[in-house]
Amino acid sequence: MAQDNAKLVYDRPEALVDRAHHYCPGCGHGIIHKLLAEIIDDAGIRENTIIVAPVGCSVLAYFYLNVDGCEAAHGRAPAVATGIKRVHGNSKHVLVYQGDGDLLAIGTAETIHAANRGENLTIIFVNNAIYGMTGGQMAPTSLAEQKTKTSPYGRKVADFGQPIRACEMINTLEAPVFIERCAVNSVKNILKTKKALKKAVKNQVEGRGYSFVEILSMCPTGWGIKPVDALKWVEDAMIPYYPLGNFRDR
Amino acid sequence: MARGEPEINPERCKGCELCVSACPEGILAMSEGFNKQGQVYSECIAPEKCTACMSCAIICPDSAIRIWRYAG
Repeated sequence: MAQDNAKLVYDRPEALVDRAHHYCPGCGHGIIHKLLAEIIDDAGIRENTIIVAPVGCSVLAYFYLNVDGCEAAHGRAPAVATGIKRVHGNSKHVLVYQGDGDLLAIGTAETIHAANRGENLTIIFVNNAIYGMTGGQMAPTSLAEQKTKTSPYGRKVADFGQPIRACEMINTLEAPVFIERCAVNSVKNILKTKKALKKAVKNQVEGRGYSFVEILSMCPTGWGIKPVDALKWVEDAMIPYYPLGNFRDR
Repeated sequence: MARGEPEINPERCKGCELCVSACPEGILAMSEGFNKQGQVYSECIAPEKCTACMSCAIICPDSAIRIWRYAG
């Protein structure tokens, strides 16, 4: 602080534990954790929040967010969260944090059925188009012709199909109340993401039902590019296939 | 006249350079030295031009940046 009249206008949120996290440089998880912590602080629900962590890079989310946490088996986070939410009712707010391999590969059934039942949950889906933790293999969300460890010549649509658009799929169901796709590749998009997450958490606190927020995120290590180039890749390659915007807000 | 100042914790910085790309004034740069993790870290090279817009802090995945704003 250089001057006496200086005021701290941006600081680490209280709900974010003061420790260095294990994510690679430029990983989007750090930004999304920070947004969640800010929202938890703003809503004043830190003591009543339970985060259900997935299997994936964000498996240790409960190390970084200063809330109660529960680890689910791979892909089963919405099922575990359903149990927690039904036991506690509206006294606890359950945030489900999942990656693309967790939510759309092994956990597709749990995802679809939790959405179809309209469980009063907030699902945070981090889509980085690759399996980050296991070393950059192809995910259901990997783009056509995208090179990964298991598709070294690019993802062939004839062999593996088109990447799955989660928001559009959930949007065919009756029960969900809020569906939005955002990104964390620029300051503007991060602020929009915060707004969407805030709404999704508010829906749950008010007992309105199932909210689903998909966040396009960066995995510079898995993609094999520099963090700054990863921001551009989200803009140039991912957003044209995964259009940003609100799909439903009841 | 500076309207604010970023306070960057060099030990938390992993050197991803996202803040450098986000700063509208272009006043952030990577250090020549290394922190204890062996990474180059972000530094403010012209604090007098800072507008306290918070872009660097918002995009920092490692929450290594705090922003001070000067009153008046």
